[in-house]
Amino acid sequence: MTAMWWGVIGTSVAAFALKYLGHSIPQKYLDHPKIQRTNLLIPITLLSALVAIQTFAEKSKLVLDHRAVGLAVAVISLKFRAPFPVVVILAAISSALVYHFF
Amino acid sequence: MPNFGLVRQNAVVSATPKSTIRDSLSVSITVGAYGIAFGAASVAAGFSVLQTCLLSLLTFSGASQFAIVGVIGSGGGALSGIITATLLGFRNGLYGLRMSPLLKTKGMKRILAAHITIDESTGVALSQENLGPDAMRSGFWFTGVGVFVFWNLFTLAGALGAQSMGNPAAWGLDAAVPAAFLGLVWPRLTSLSDRILAIAAMALALGLTPILPAGLPIIATAFLALAIGMRKP
Repeated sequence: MTAMWWGVIGTSVAAFALKYLGHSIPQKYLDHPKIQRTNLLIPITLLSALVAIQTFAEKSKLVLDHRAVGLAVAVISLKFRAPFPVVVILAAISSALVYHFF
Repeated sequence: MPNFGLVRQNAVVSATPKSTIRDSLSVSITVGAYGIAFGAASVAAGFSVLQTCLLSLLTFSGASQFAIVGVIGSGGGALSGIITATLLGFRNGLYGLRMSPLLKTKGMKRILAAHITIDESTGVALSQENLGPDAMRSGFWFTGVGVFVFWNLFTLAGALGAQSMGNPAAWGLDAAVPAAFLGLVWPRLTSLSDRILAIAAMALALGLTPILPAGLPIIATAFLALAIGMRKP
């Protein structure tokens, strides 16, 4: 089986297990302020790491290429409060332009 | 898209059950449409159309889905991808804790309720609080099922679209993925300390990239969150 299939199955099983567990255990077990706070911080670090790696890494090498332009455009459009689809599309267009013309 | 954190908690002002349905529907369509971005990103990362659709049907949690295709697409192993996706899905468990006393489900119905427990269904349910528990329950079910339907339809559309494009870089899809992650994290950066944490996580991940196998630098940044979140206030 490929990594993709393991990923699809493993992620789906774990995602459902977490959701079901939440519905099945008494609230007091996880209602601790430290857990609540960590739960807010984990997406910040993981998603930021994904932004960085997906933009500046090629396997285990650090690179600066057309994707960085796409990311810069995404930052600017988010600064101007553009909605999510617009952010993604503008990033794609600008990156593709650099890829083709530079 | 599921778990995008885009739902305004106080979107409802009027006190008719119709407003609950209207809220649920508008969230479902708007958020579901982002499935196009996931479908395209997943196929660009090397997943098949079938695998892409299964992720949306079975995982049904936006950030986790983007994470698994992102990690594997950038050369990480399945286990790294699953761990990253699961850490991102942890909050769905906390939503379940909040929703279960309201929904009081068991058996098959609890399985369905659990599956559609995401940012949006929980968010709309909580936003109906002033209309009473019945409206909250309706908000949860309508939004959960609605997002599920549209998210999966748009995933298929995005996956088929990307499949017919060929080289992802030529269409900018390789930059669309980090832009999507940025769009996911942006609304969460509400304070200066959040922004510093985000930049520290980026620096740590990039610093570890030449040293650790792909996927692990991302997981390593979870320890930053743990170290800060678990310390004494």
